[in-house]
Formats: sequence, structure tokens, C-alpha cells
Amino acid sequence: MSDVQTEFDIAGVKKRFAFINRKAPYGSIYALEILEMVLISAAFEQHAVIAFIDDGVFQIKKGQNAKVLGMKNFAPTYRIIEDEKEDADEDEDMDMEWRIVVEEESMTARGLTADDFIVGVEVLPSAELSDLLDQQDVVLSA
Amino acid sequence: MKFGLLVNEGPFTHQASDSAYQFARAAIEKGHQVPRVFFYFDGVNNANKLSEPQSDDRNLVKLWGELATEHGIDLVVCVAAALRRGIKDEILAEGFRISGLGQLVELGMAMDRTLTFGD
Repeated sequence: MSDVQTEFDIAGVKKRFAFINRKAPYGSIYALEILEMVLISAAFEQHAVIAFIDDGVFQIKKGQNAKVLGMKNFAPTYRIIEDEKEDADEDEDMDMEWRIVVEEESMTARGLTADDFIVGVEVLPSAELSDLLDQQDVVLSA
Repeated sequence: MKFGLLVNEGPFTHQASDSAYQFARAAIEKGHQVPRVFFYFDGVNNANKLSEPQSDDRNLVKLWGELATEHGIDLVVCVAAALRRGIKDEILAEGFRISGLGQLVELGMAMDRTLTFGD
């Protein structure tokens, strides 16, 4: 029997998080729940790379209509991520860098361009994205 | 080393929970620590005490609870993901607690390594 520690000292800790969105927005719950993860992480002021690869690139495609599925269209929530990123970029006192990245190969394979997305993105080729992810401390993916 | 684990799939349907459990055991046996495991997506179903696999099969819900009690592991189930799937305090298995997603970010910040088990 050991005591369970339920609180950890995270004062002053600054890490690089990556959230890798790999799944289409509907068809499974992964996209929605990983988005909730990203939103919560903003409160902790950690650095983050929010990456969209494979069918995950569809999560931020313009013109989604989830009504016919009887589901909530959560795509507009990605604009909150963009707002968080812009706030962090503009606030000099805030040490938080966020990057919204789309993998180029996944995008072009699906006939999309950077103009098709509801948020501004950096388009990176797979090899560069791979290097970027290699620099992150915590990689969460779904 | 301190490992934090994230389990993204429920027990039995998918191997993620088994792999995470086996990893936790192996790490502890090698002298490492696993202070927290966070359950998200269908992973919250690992905390359902009503789960009753056949007697000749492993009972993951129970195994997690026993490992946690023995080694002081904080098993945290995400509240939003849990409520969606009907996992509430009434059916929460021994060793688990329900809390927010902030606990996952905290895990990432506090542990040396964070490992995701899922698709």
C-alpha cells in the first residue's frame, strides 16, 4: 500500500506540448475531445504546436455542416484557438508560443489549400513537421 | 524516471489499456515511477466497476485498481468524457477518481515522459 499523490508541483514549469489531430471531424469523437484538451491547456500557458495531419486536416475545413448528422458543428471553436494564439503573440508579458500547423502532404492529397481553412495555418512538409515534433516535450495525439 | 500515461481507449475492445497496464507494471518493476494515469476518450470506461468479464479473462478495471493501490498511482478519469459515457461516482471502481482535463496538462508538465496509449 502506498499513498497516492494527487497534486504535483508545476510552478514555473514551461514545456512544449504538441497536439496532433489525425482524424476526420465527424465519424468518431477524437477530433472533438482533443479540441477540448487544447482549450484547457491554454489556461496553463504552455507552448503548443497544434498539428493537423491525415484526415485531421478536414477538422478545420471551411463550410462544414454537421446539422444533417444531428451533431454540433464545433469547427468554429478552432477560432478560439486562433484567438489564444494571437493573444499570446501580441502580449509581450505572456511567454506562450502557439503554432497551428498543417502537414502539406496530407493537405494536397485531399485537394485542399491553405485558403480552405477557417483559421490561419502554417503549412509544413512532412519532414519539417517531423523535426518540429521532435523538439516537443509532450506529444498528445488522437 | 517519472512516467505519466494517457489511456485513450476502453478495456477489452482495444489493446491500449492492456498495453498501458503492462507498461506501468514493467516500469515500476524496473524502479521507475508512474505517479499518474489519465483516462480520456473511451478510456474512461476502464473505471466502470460494473464491468464483469468472464472469469477466465483478465479484469482490467480491477487490475488497474490493484496496481494503483499497491504503488500509489493516481488514476484520473476526465469528467467531461466520463459524463458523456455515463461514468459517474456511483459506478466508479476502486482506485479511480474523476477530475478535469487540467490534470492531464499537469501530468505532462510534472512528469519526465508522457506516453499515449491508443489509436
